[in-house]
Amino acid sequence: MQESDVTQLAEEIHRADRRALATALNLLDNRLPAQQARAGKLLAALCASGIPSTSRLIGITGPPGVGKSSLTAALIAVWRRRGLSVGVLAVDPSSPISGGALLGDRLRMHQSAKDDGVFIRSLSSRGEFGGLSTEVWPMGLLMLCAFDVVLVETVGVGQREVDVAMRCDTTCFVAQPGSGDSIQFLKAGILEVPHVLVVNKHDMGAHAERTLSELAGAMTGEHPDGDWHVPVLATSATEHTGIEALADALEAHHASLRQRGVVESLREQHQAHWIIKRLANEFGSAGIARLGGEQALLAALCLEGGDPFTQYSRYRQQLDVRPVGNPQQ
Amino acid sequence: MSHDSVQRDRPWLMRTYSGHSSAKASNELYRTNLSKGQTGLSVAFDLPTQTGYDSDHPLARGEVGKVGVPINHIGDMLALFDQIPLGQMNTSMTINATAPWLLALYVAVAEQQGVDPSELQGTTQNDLLKEYLSRGTYIFPPQPSVRLTTDLIAYTVQHIPKWNPTNICSYHLQEAGATPTQELAYALCTATAILDAVQASGQIDPESFQHVVGRISFFVNAGIRFIEEMCKMRAFTRMWNSLVRDRYGVEDPKLSRFRYGVQVNSLGLTESQPENNVQRIVLEMLAVTLSKSARARAIQLPAWNEALGLPRPWDQQWALRMQQVLALETDLLEYGDIFDGSPVIEAKVEELINGAQAEMARIAERGGMVACIESGYVKRELVQSHTQRMRAIELGDLKIVGVNCHRKTAESSLTASADSIMQVDPLAEEEQIASLVAFRKTRDQSRVKATLESLRIAALNGSNIMPASIECARAGVTTGEWSEVLREIFGEYRAPTGVDIASTSEDNGEAMQALRGRVRQTGEAIGRPLRLLIGKPGLDGHSNGAEQIAVKGRDAGFEIVYEGIRLTPAQIARAAQEEGVHLIGLSVLSGSHLALVDDIYRELDALGCDALPIVIGGIIPESDAQALKQKGVKAVFTPKDVDMNAIMHTIVDVIRQAHALPMDR
Repeated sequence: MQESDVTQLAEEIHRADRRALATALNLLDNRLPAQQARAGKLLAALCASGIPSTSRLIGITGPPGVGKSSLTAALIAVWRRRGLSVGVLAVDPSSPISGGALLGDRLRMHQSAKDDGVFIRSLSSRGEFGGLSTEVWPMGLLMLCAFDVVLVETVGVGQREVDVAMRCDTTCFVAQPGSGDSIQFLKAGILEVPHVLVVNKHDMGAHAERTLSELAGAMTGEHPDGDWHVPVLATSATEHTGIEALADALEAHHASLRQRGVVESLREQHQAHWIIKRLANEFGSAGIARLGGEQALLAALCLEGGDPFTQYSRYRQQLDVRPVGNPQQ
Repeated sequence: MSHDSVQRDRPWLMRTYSGHSSAKASNELYRTNLSKGQTGLSVAFDLPTQTGYDSDHPLARGEVGKVGVPINHIGDMLALFDQIPLGQMNTSMTINATAPWLLALYVAVAEQQGVDPSELQGTTQNDLLKEYLSRGTYIFPPQPSVRLTTDLIAYTVQHIPKWNPTNICSYHLQEAGATPTQELAYALCTATAILDAVQASGQIDPESFQHVVGRISFFVNAGIRFIEEMCKMRAFTRMWNSLVRDRYGVEDPKLSRFRYGVQVNSLGLTESQPENNVQRIVLEMLAVTLSKSARARAIQLPAWNEALGLPRPWDQQWALRMQQVLALETDLLEYGDIFDGSPVIEAKVEELINGAQAEMARIAERGGMVACIESGYVKRELVQSHTQRMRAIELGDLKIVGVNCHRKTAESSLTASADSIMQVDPLAEEEQIASLVAFRKTRDQSRVKATLESLRIAALNGSNIMPASIECARAGVTTGEWSEVLREIFGEYRAPTGVDIASTSEDNGEAMQALRGRVRQTGEAIGRPLRLLIGKPGLDGHSNGAEQIAVKGRDAGFEIVYEGIRLTPAQIARAAQEEGVHLIGLSVLSGSHLALVDDIYRELDALGCDALPIVIGGIIPESDAQALKQKGVKAVFTPKDVDMNAIMHTIVDVIRQAHALPMDR
């Protein structure tokens, strides 16, 4: 692997070259040792030149059938009108038996085959990370270098909402009108996760109004992150209402993070969590204990910085003498 | 021995579903068919006409005149019915999303022939709900589609009283995998959804509503299990009678009759030993003719070689002759109902009715047919049934002679020559476009603009769409222009694909395990799980094949990107790149495979993805298969490839070859 090759790829990604993006995403997905090493170098190059904190990393989640894809489509249209480019990572569940998956709702999200300002990559959960694919973090970083907005869309049932919140700067939870389920999830401690709450299908009338008032009632006070009051919004993706307001709320949260100057530190924490989760998957809690325990490891990882693959490999080496590069074997 | 004194029933209407290349060529074909004793016309329109595009629209490329006749404007419609007096004809038009438009053109042609439109007889298929489940020529979302359907019904009941404004289709549901009970349930639920909508529209006064019910007809499929299929028809008749009595208070037996036309099963026709299709077609015809109390009013039979390509006039004549022999030579029409009182038949009919009623109750619980289409419920049920059918064929539990048993065959003299199917004139598309361009120049542009504006206003303010459409037809508006006005107002729609069904537990046999092993190992050798893009380019909406490959691929361990029907080559190429797939699998049944594959290669080239391997499935004649391989296509699958495991293995082979991996089987 030539250094110059990786440098060039990194440059092309900063220019949002579509072919380079596709190649790089395939590379980040590749588990052959040589390719992992190359992917590590690419991420190192990208991180060295700085992952732009001006780009937004937004997670959108909610129960199945709530209309996330059409909401995503409506948001993409708004962002494009506002001159922002958009990268999407859409995560779908995979079959635990075959490992196979049916991916994507691409055309529901974006029909045009001519608009270079939108790029959608689907991912299967591959049975990992409580429904989120491992690749979401490195792929998200890569896309942040190329797009103004990176949207991670995932089916959320319980734990997954927490997971998506641990990968994104801003998390948006979409609730189903008339179903008590969303309220139950939120009450079960996940209430603290989302930065923006949305009741979609507002065209459903009374059902939606009730859910809206229930949520507004349940959400009191500030987000635990501090300095952010969680808005509860109503949208209708089919009737295109409330979408501008949703985009505004997401933008306001991003602005608040930037104003507080916490985008970088937030992402450092998220990266540290990603690494710890991967290590824990591979070596169990005993492995984490050998590295000094979760809190100490978190602090150390945030302090060191760097790209995720290099950080991961370093700690992995401490725990294992097998050759680095094929963590999933 | 024949008895002149015996009272015979009048035979059913005999038709042949046909149309191709151009209005002129189709007109010649119709007149030939009528001179051979055909008693009605059944017009097949090409896909651009069915989906509301003019012949020169980019999406129409390669599709013009392929599966039917292109009709762009009144000039084409006049040519189509040249020397065919519409006042005496009974014309069935297989048209759905653009049904109001084609009926408007038909009315305008009748006027020019000096025929009073109120005298017209015939049928517009006009059943959009099944288009979302099978066939796929919808344009708009379900709600506006239902509105257009009801407008056409309300208009004809008032102004063209002998017209059958909608043919509720269970035909295509069976093609999409429906069991007899599902066919019964979904067709009847569709009929009530439409009737309820007409009632709710307020266009018909309550006293006249029974005449709307009386104009509803059905289009049904008859498969090879002909006893069960005959019982299905008896069940339909009985269920419809009680349904219209209980729900709409229709007591008049003439108005509560279950009136239906039939095309027998095309899905079950085989490409291998295609001569066997003749006996299949004849047996299937028995299902809809034997019961006098549930006999079809109109029949069209497929040709024996439909699985090979487009039938020739002689093939269609053979199909017509089957009907004529049954109606004219046999003694079938001399008897009353020969099954009344049979306990075996009665028990089967009861069983079907009970099953259908249970499914209808489930639909009602879920908010009715439209809601169940929007939510994907019905589509998933159909994909599930079809998957089970395909698996049964694969395992040999469902026998198909010449396909999964008794495959050894002598050479057939019917297929020995290369011209055993019809070739559409390759210049037809070019000529059609030239004549369209010329036609546009002859029109009164201000009148075109004014009538389109009236159409827009009618669409927006909820007036019946027909009067404005007829004005447009007279003014020389084109199919694309009419549709574009409505597209802008109603928007376009993508129906649920239904492939997100659960894996079936029985699918854990040795063959499947072996396949999964290869898929996984090949993915590991390449470094990431194998990904396929299943693409349906072009306007053709027959998605069974693509759906089955998507489901099978997922169960075999592939990561599948499948987005449903009607993708452009640019969308396919772009999705392949963005998703990082290892192979593109295309499905094309409209005959436009050569043009579409060229376009997709061009788009892939432009993106720098020219090395991506492509395989294709569809109704593809052998000579075209060779041509596709020369263009670089790695494998061509046709209807004779029923072993889905084998298809999956070939796909793995192609991917291994593309990555220079050794062959492992």
